[in-house]
Amino acid sequence: MVMMNSFLVAGIGVQNWTYILVGITFTLYIGIAIWSRAGSTKEFYVAGGGVSPLANGMATAADWMSAASFISMAGIISFSGYDGAVYLMGWTGGYVLLALLLAPYLRKFGKFTVPDFIGDRYYSNAARLVGVICALIVSFTYVAGQMRGVGLVFSRFLEVDINTGVIIGMIIVLFYAVLGGMKGITYTQVAQYCVLIFAFMVPAIFISIQMTGNPIPQLGFGSQLADGSGTYLLDKLDGLSTDLGFAEYTEGSKSLIDIFAITLALMVGTAGLPHVIVRFFTVKRVKDARKSAGIALLLIAILYTTAPAVAVFARTNMIETVSNKPYSTMPEWFKKWETTGLITFTDKNNDGLIQYVANKDKNELVVDNDIMVLANPEIAKLPDWVIALVAAGALAAALSTAAGLLLVISASVSHDLIKKMINPKISDKNELVAARLSAVVAVCVAGYFGINPPGFVAATVALAFGLAAASFFPAIILGIFYKKMNKEGAISGMVIGILSMLFYMTKFKFGWFGGGTQADWWFGISPEGFGTVAMVLNFVVSIVIMKFTPEPPKSVQDLVENIRIPSNAGEATH
Amino acid sequence: MIKNKAKLYWKENIRYVLILMFIWFIVSFGAGIIFKDALNEFKMGGFKLGFWFAQQGSMYVFVILIFVYVHLMNKLDKKYGYDE
Repeated sequence: MVMMNSFLVAGIGVQNWTYILVGITFTLYIGIAIWSRAGSTKEFYVAGGGVSPLANGMATAADWMSAASFISMAGIISFSGYDGAVYLMGWTGGYVLLALLLAPYLRKFGKFTVPDFIGDRYYSNAARLVGVICALIVSFTYVAGQMRGVGLVFSRFLEVDINTGVIIGMIIVLFYAVLGGMKGITYTQVAQYCVLIFAFMVPAIFISIQMTGNPIPQLGFGSQLADGSGTYLLDKLDGLSTDLGFAEYTEGSKSLIDIFAITLALMVGTAGLPHVIVRFFTVKRVKDARKSAGIALLLIAILYTTAPAVAVFARTNMIETVSNKPYSTMPEWFKKWETTGLITFTDKNNDGLIQYVANKDKNELVVDNDIMVLANPEIAKLPDWVIALVAAGALAAALSTAAGLLLVISASVSHDLIKKMINPKISDKNELVAARLSAVVAVCVAGYFGINPPGFVAATVALAFGLAAASFFPAIILGIFYKKMNKEGAISGMVIGILSMLFYMTKFKFGWFGGGTQADWWFGISPEGFGTVAMVLNFVVSIVIMKFTPEPPKSVQDLVENIRIPSNAGEATH
Repeated sequence: MIKNKAKLYWKENIRYVLILMFIWFIVSFGAGIIFKDALNEFKMGGFKLGFWFAQQGSMYVFVILIFVYVHLMNKLDKKYGYDE
């Protein structure tokens, strides 16, 4: 039936389909934003505190799954095989930490932001300020990447200039983040989750049926090929990979200790990311916080367990389409992506054939990670509306995450800086104005970075996770599970954690402090995995310093005992 | 008396957390990373087992772990009268 439909409307074309689907979804988001606009700071920061666990789970999932999850992840796995598991386990395992160690207690604590918790638990504005700085660095790094993703989709599918694409994205986000605050964002994210998961699953299911006859991609990529040869798809891909000189797909090439460190850093970083944590402030009760963490992970896992299947399908399809084939016979999608510069072919031996091999001197084809998901439906020759759907899904993923991050930025400025540190007497109405203004400024800064991406964006994404792992995570965990932890310990731990992370990243990514190569990595751990080391350092420093400094006051110790008990959570307050 | 109750509640909570975190570690860092090569000797359909844990199985277990925790804690809250 679906195939019938697509056949009947085949004449419309990919581009018009994209206009239609993107137009419908954008109208929907704006409609929701107008319906759910915020009237108080409480609605602006935590959506009024009455979001149901299901809605919060969906919103958290959309918030979390960014352009990186939707567009880049399957592509990265596609090119790195087994090693891609660091992202899969790292970006889902963190939710177990969130549900078991953080979300219920932070909800009971009942404030608006993460620096709020740090500042109150460690009875110090210095701690609060460290929290604000970390939250801003992490969120700005992320949001620039999202805007870039928006620009990329617009430029490829609607054939507008990449900068125009960024500006259109900015206006949309500005509209519903500024108007609706957390309340508007929450309900648009619910809609965006539906759009993005549908857009990710439809092509995956189509291709799974095409290649293996199994409609469930999670099973399909472990099945035999549909051609009746009796060969397993993964065995075939292992064979294709080794024939071209690559490592076996299911083996990977990173060292065990590095895989271990990166996975742990990503897990802990996930659990320490402020835009994820604040989502748990929006539900009514402590038990709702636990439940919505479970729902969020379930909804995230639908995409994350499909991504490795998509990676295998796309890699196999791509190798079969291009390897040793004449350049002149390449399909239309190949040429279209060439114009964006994300596929480049240089015929080194002038034989007119495409040599795609591991050997860098002989390899003639460079394919960017980011196009595997976007081009996948075209490579598999799926109907036009499916291709357009992927574009709408990628936009939903990028916009929902961007909006969540912008809210963290504006709350950090209007609530943590202005209300808590600069002008405590500010009225609720004026604080709301300040929150909206900081959201506007944040969108403009993000848009600037989207149009003029600094060279270090890719490098700093890992830095964002490392920073969250090295700073927030130990401070929050110790704050909940170690009653005697005091401000001296926590502040020195956070500062040492962040600084060591910054040192290692800048040394090996930007060549500061004498630089260094892979051979110089400490214990063989890459900068991406160093968050784990910095986190351990934070814990050790915090505990040692605490032993030599005064205990926290009785009122703070009582606060810790109070957040451990789930009842009487009350409502989020100033 | 009230303090004592809170202490017992906290102790049981920590026990649940430790058990679940142990499983969390075993499926991801254990089966998916440290013992991956050993597990890859076994196959499940077209999947080598270590590869499957790293790219599929660990995530399924994560989801189950959270819902088990939700269930255990809801029961514990009731037992101590902390439910709402």
